[in-house]
Formats: sequence, structure tokens, C-alpha cells
Amino acid sequence: MSAVGKLEQAGHHVGESVEQVVDETHAQVAHAETTTGLDHRKLVMWVFIASETIFFAALMATYLVYRGKTPYEEGVGLLDLNVASLNTFILLASSLTMVMSLQAIENKKKGRMIVFLILTTILGLAFLGGQAYEYGKLLQEGISLDTNLFGATFFVLTGFHGSHVAIGVLWIIMLIIRALRGGISEHNHLSVELGGLYWHFVDLVWVVLFTIIYLI
Amino acid sequence: MATNVMTLPRTSEPTGLWSWITTVDHKRIGILYLITAGLFFLIGGIEALIIRTQLAAPNGTLVSPDVYNELFTMHGTTMIFLAVMPLNTGFGNYVVPLMIGARDMAFPRLNAFGYWLFLFGGLLLYSSFFLGGAPNAGWFGYAPMTERAFNPGNGINFWILSLQLLGISSIVGALNFIVTILNMRAPGMTINRLPLFVWGILVTSLLLIFALPSITVALILLLFDRYFGTMFYLPSAQGDPLLWQNLFWFFGHPEVYIMIMPAFGIISEILATYSRKPIFGYAAMAFAFAGISFISFTVWAHHMFATGISPVADIVFAGMSFLVAVPTGIKIFNWLGTIWKGSLRLTTAFLFAAGFIGQFTIGGLSGVMLATVPVDWQITDTYFVVGHLHYVLFAGAILALFAGTYHWFPKMTGKFLNERLGQAHFWLTMIGMILVFLTMHYIGVLGMPRRIYTYAPAQGWDLWNMIETIGAFLVGLGALIFFINILISLRQPKTSQGDPWDGQTLEWATSSPPPVYNFASMIPVSSPRPLWDAKYGAHSEFAGDPKKVDLSGGGTAQVHLPNPSFWPIVLAFGLSFMLVGILFGPETGWLGVPIGVVIMFVGLIGWLAQPAE
Repeated sequence: MSAVGKLEQAGHHVGESVEQVVDETHAQVAHAETTTGLDHRKLVMWVFIASETIFFAALMATYLVYRGKTPYEEGVGLLDLNVASLNTFILLASSLTMVMSLQAIENKKKGRMIVFLILTTILGLAFLGGQAYEYGKLLQEGISLDTNLFGATFFVLTGFHGSHVAIGVLWIIMLIIRALRGGISEHNHLSVELGGLYWHFVDLVWVVLFTIIYLI
Repeated sequence: MATNVMTLPRTSEPTGLWSWITTVDHKRIGILYLITAGLFFLIGGIEALIIRTQLAAPNGTLVSPDVYNELFTMHGTTMIFLAVMPLNTGFGNYVVPLMIGARDMAFPRLNAFGYWLFLFGGLLLYSSFFLGGAPNAGWFGYAPMTERAFNPGNGINFWILSLQLLGISSIVGALNFIVTILNMRAPGMTINRLPLFVWGILVTSLLLIFALPSITVALILLLFDRYFGTMFYLPSAQGDPLLWQNLFWFFGHPEVYIMIMPAFGIISEILATYSRKPIFGYAAMAFAFAGISFISFTVWAHHMFATGISPVADIVFAGMSFLVAVPTGIKIFNWLGTIWKGSLRLTTAFLFAAGFIGQFTIGGLSGVMLATVPVDWQITDTYFVVGHLHYVLFAGAILALFAGTYHWFPKMTGKFLNERLGQAHFWLTMIGMILVFLTMHYIGVLGMPRRIYTYAPAQGWDLWNMIETIGAFLVGLGALIFFINILISLRQPKTSQGDPWDGQTLEWATSSPPPVYNFASMIPVSSPRPLWDAKYGAHSEFAGDPKKVDLSGGGTAQVHLPNPSFWPIVLAFGLSFMLVGILFGPETGWLGVPIGVVIMFVGLIGWLAQPAE
């Protein structure tokens, strides 16, 4: 390695360690500002998710209460397990890409973060596409909201989940825009973490939905 | 030193209408909540008086049966969602940050957003009177009575969508309280040194975030039934009306505690302050808060004994309901222990708090009676239930809110409420309340059903109904004096010091009204009554010669205050517009929904683009 290269590398190291010190000081100040040490926004996100669990629990309870009231061939029998399984795989994969994007920015690799956020967006849209396909098939079979209790519970339950996914996709797109405009940096990436928390929660809800609608 | 603070930017308070529309100051938002909810309380009270006038004598003809249904529905919905809950939120907003030594709430703009949603939700509900009839199926809205087939008017739609707005408002407020209380306490204020009012608001907020989603879902399903042809609650299509009752009461029972927990907190603060003693059994009081809120999620089906749920469920839910009496009893005995041998000052605030103990206990006892399944079967749907619930909510929540007003009015305005008028208010309220609500228990046992618009003479009910109506008007007269007292007192000069009641908690350690930044400096916190410790020495008894403590000036720290913001009201307006778009969707081709979404989007972008400080 050339002398210049070594010098650059050394400079890079110095720069990094200074940054690290600054980063730690920032962190300490941030911690001193809250009683629990958690950022306000992170705490509120967790409490909000706790509230959302009851929202979905109530919808799922409704689904389970009415399960079996509609004959199999006019309801659950019309669902496509293959599409749903693929959709589950897609959504779980999107959680992975979301984690990778957070890890990228924590390792100060902003470009990599944006790439993974875009991947997450694509996977989220693919899931919504899969759901639209499932809806289309059911509508073709003549099952809609007002046909029977299966239609009502299925569309309302998966519809509210799907709208949560859609909001998550919009959220991630806004994160990408913010990142491109310089609003997210290695010192300031809490917004990515928050978006991730929401996204993983929505995925987790789907895992339960998939189980109670398609598997049991 | 003090000048240091005063020359900082944005520490002086702006004035004018625009400053109130864009305010993010927790004290101003608290006052907005209190004024708005106070006006709704007045309207709900007038509705109650019309109801009582109609029922004063047999064969009443003041209102038609249809209007009567609207009146009792709106009275219940108003008092619960537009009066008691937002009054609690108002006091919480004003007092909690001061009590924990914080400069503001954790999310000032979210706080403003919650208030505007509450205002718009209330206005939406009341606009139903002018736009096709008010809701008329009771505050509990039992399905399938609320289905389009049986209730074709627009009233239920107004009810559904305004309750959704109010629900979002409450969730947003609860999230803010939880983060504020957990994250913004003064150094040294550990969770077991929180003032009990703060405890009350904390558990209330936790109840809200876990209970409200259930009614949100119940209302969404009803909305789909009414608008999109689903059949969630329609027995004719295999739907189950009990689903509504389960979802509703899973919210509805914790809701009772959502209304009463802040009241418990207010009473605890007031009794300790005017007895000049620490609260008796602080740890037991805090555990009782947690215990009641936990049990409150396991008792909802005691509202459904008469629907024929299984005997096992009857027994379990009755047993859990009896269990509520344990932590509640702990509270009542600890309040008595707090007064015991205290250096009492019989101010109006103390009188209301003391009246609360006795009257609320009656409400608790009649609750135990109703939790007994055979008793419930006998007296469900009678005036006994109406008497019970008013003994919990009026003798509980409302008395505490009155007490809180007399207690904190000097803090908020720098002016005292007139004590002589206050005493008149207290005695009229107590006597009137006993006449109207205690009598209801008796007439319920005699067999008078709830929700009837009139009754035939000579069933032994005539005299008691007349007594109830007289009592109701005494309560009304008391409330009138209370509002006049507020208006008169506001015109008086400011005479209150920062600490007019020899208080114990931090809100009294700053000026009255507090500066916009609340505190310039902070004292060490080593107990639930830090100001008392600073005045009289840690853990000492009342000694009559306090040290003066004023934390409103003299600090040197930079004060960063949140920017006023226009965006919360825009976002709240957009969301309300969207829900109105759903309400009138079939008539307007759903055009309001995308318009509302666009307004929301603009509000959100503006909100995110604006720096918070």
C-alpha cells in the first residue's frame, strides 16, 4: 500500500474515532434527557404496538367466533393456500430486508440502507399484489363482504391488515425520500428503527392471520 | 439571574386567537380541554334536566318518545365521552407535567392534535341534531337495535363516526401521557415516588390503550353492517348480537375505571393536602391502582348476566367482580387514614373530596349487589342500575372533578374561586344528588324500568319520581352557581401565590399561573411530596413554618420550548373530514374520503417538515 494510501487510511481511522466519540456523547446526552433512557419516539412506538395488538385480537376473535358458520365450500375451501404461503414467505423476507437496512445504517453504509429499503418496498408491494390476486379470485367465485359471514370476516380482517401493510409501504417510501434528501444519517437513524418496529409488527400479525385463516 | 430566563427567545407567552389555535403548550391545551368539556358537561346536564322534567309526573308530555330516546342516548354519550373523559384529560394535561417537574408533554403537537380531534368529534356528534336526528340507541348502542334495518336514520352513523374520532383522540392522549410519565420525571422521582394523581393518569392511559381498540373494532363492524352489507350482528344471517356486547363491554367496563381512576388520584392529592399529612399507605394505594386496572379487564360479562351466558361464566365473572372491592376498599380505608388526626382545613375542595368518600362507597356497595347474579337478574334494566352507575360516575368522577377545580383553579389562573359560593355549590350538589340518585335505587327495586319515556300513575312511583326531579334541579342549581363562580372569579385580581394551599407536590413550587416553561430550576425529589420536603425538611410532619420555595425563576439553564404549530389542527381536520366523507358517503359518492386524505397528507407533510423546537 502506498504511503498516501496509508495516510488516508490513518486519517480515515482518526476521523472515525472522532465521530465515534461524538456519537457516544450524543447518545449520553440523549439518554440523560429521558428517565428510562429510551427515546420518546421509541417508547411511544412500543406502546402503540401494544394497543394495536388488541385491535387485531378483537378482529381475529370475530373471525374465530364465526369460523365454521359458513359451509366449507362457500368459504375457507375457496382460499388458495399456495398463494398465501408465497405471500407469507414474501412478507417474512421483507422483514429480513428491513433488518438489513437498519444494520447497514448502523454500519454507516447509507447507500446499502437505501437499497434494502427499496427491496422492502418491493416485497411489501408484492405482498399487496398477492392479496389483490386472492381478493380477485374470491370475488370471481361470488364471495364478497355481503355474501356470507366468511366473506365479511375474511375481507374485514385481511383488509385491515392489508391497509396496515400499505401504510407501512408508504412509511418506508417516505424513509427513502428522507434518506435521499439527507434527513437520515449514521447519527440520526431512529426513524429507520421506528419504521422497522412497525413493519415487523405488521408481519407478525400476518403470521397469526395466516395460521388462523389458512392452517387451522 | 431571573433576567437570564426572561431574555431567552420564546419564553414569553403570545396572545390572541391564533396563538390558541397553534398552541402546543400543555397548560393551554389543558385549559382548552377543560373549557370545551365543561361546556359539553353543561349541555349533558341540560339534557338530564329535560329527562327529569319529563319523568317528574306520570304521563309526561314534554317530549315525544323518539326525542326521549335521543335525549338519554346523548346524555350518556356526552357525559362519558365529551365531559368526564376530556375533563380528566384536561386536568391531566395541565397538572401531570407540572407534578413530575417536566417542561411539557413528550409530544406537544400530538397533544394539540388530540384536543382538536376531541373538539371535532364532539361537534360532529352534536351536528346530528340538525342533520337528520341524533343517535337514539343508548350510549351502549346494543346491536341489532343499531342496525340499519331497525334504525334507518343517520343518528347511529353520527354516533359511530364521532366515537371513532373521540377514540383516536383518547388513544393519542394516552400514548402521550404514558411516555411523558415514564420518560420525563424530575431527577429522583422514581416510579414509587409518583404523586398519586400521576399514578391515576398513568393507569388510566394504560387502560385506554388496551380497552379502546375493542370498541373501535365493534364500531367498525357496525359501520360495515350499516354501509357495506355485512351481517356481523344480524341474527337473520347467522350473525351474533352478543359479539357486540362482548366487544363493547370489553371496552365498556375498563371505561368505568378510565373515568374513575383520575378521580381517585385527585381525591388522594386533595385529602393529603388539606389534612397536611402524607397520603396514608402510599404503596398500597399505588398497588390498588394497578390491581383495579388489571381486574377491570376480567369482569366485562357482568354486564351480560341477563343474556343467558353459561352458569360457569356467570360464576367466574361475578367472582372477579367481587374482587374489585378489595383494592377499592384499600383505597377507601387509606383515604380515611389520611384524614385521621390531620390538621384539616375545610375548604370547598376538601368538602367535595370528603363527600366523595362517603357517596362513592355507596356506589361501590351497590356495585357488589349488582355483581351478584340472582340480584342482577332481579333488578337489571331497572332504575337501580341507573342509580348505581350515577353513584359511581356522579358521586365518584364528577365530585372529584369539582374538587379538583377548586383545588387547581388558583394554579391555573392565579385567582381563587369564591369559597362562599363554593360551599353553596357543595351543599346543593350533595343534597340534590342524594335525592335524585339514592331514590333511584329504591324505585328500581320497586320495579320501575330504565329507558321508558313515561309511566302510568298509581304504581307507587309518583312521589319518588317527583323527589328525584327536585333533586336533579338542586344539582342543576349548584352547577349554575359553580359556573357563575368561575365567571365572577375570573374578573377578580390575581391574589394567589404560587403555593396557596401549602401544597406537597411540584405544581405548587412554581408561580400561579406557571411561566410558559414551568420551572427554571428543580429541587431534589426523595418522596412523593417533594415540595413538602423542601419546605419542612424531608419526611417531617406539619410544623407551621415553611421555607419559601419558588422554582419559576432564577435558573440559568437554556430553555427550549416547542414551536407553536398549525399542523395539528390541519391533520385533525383532515381526519374528521374523511370520517364525515364516510358518513355521507352513499349520498356524495364517497368524494369526502379522498379529500380528507389529501388534507391529512398535507397536514402530515407540514408536521414532519416543521422542526419541533
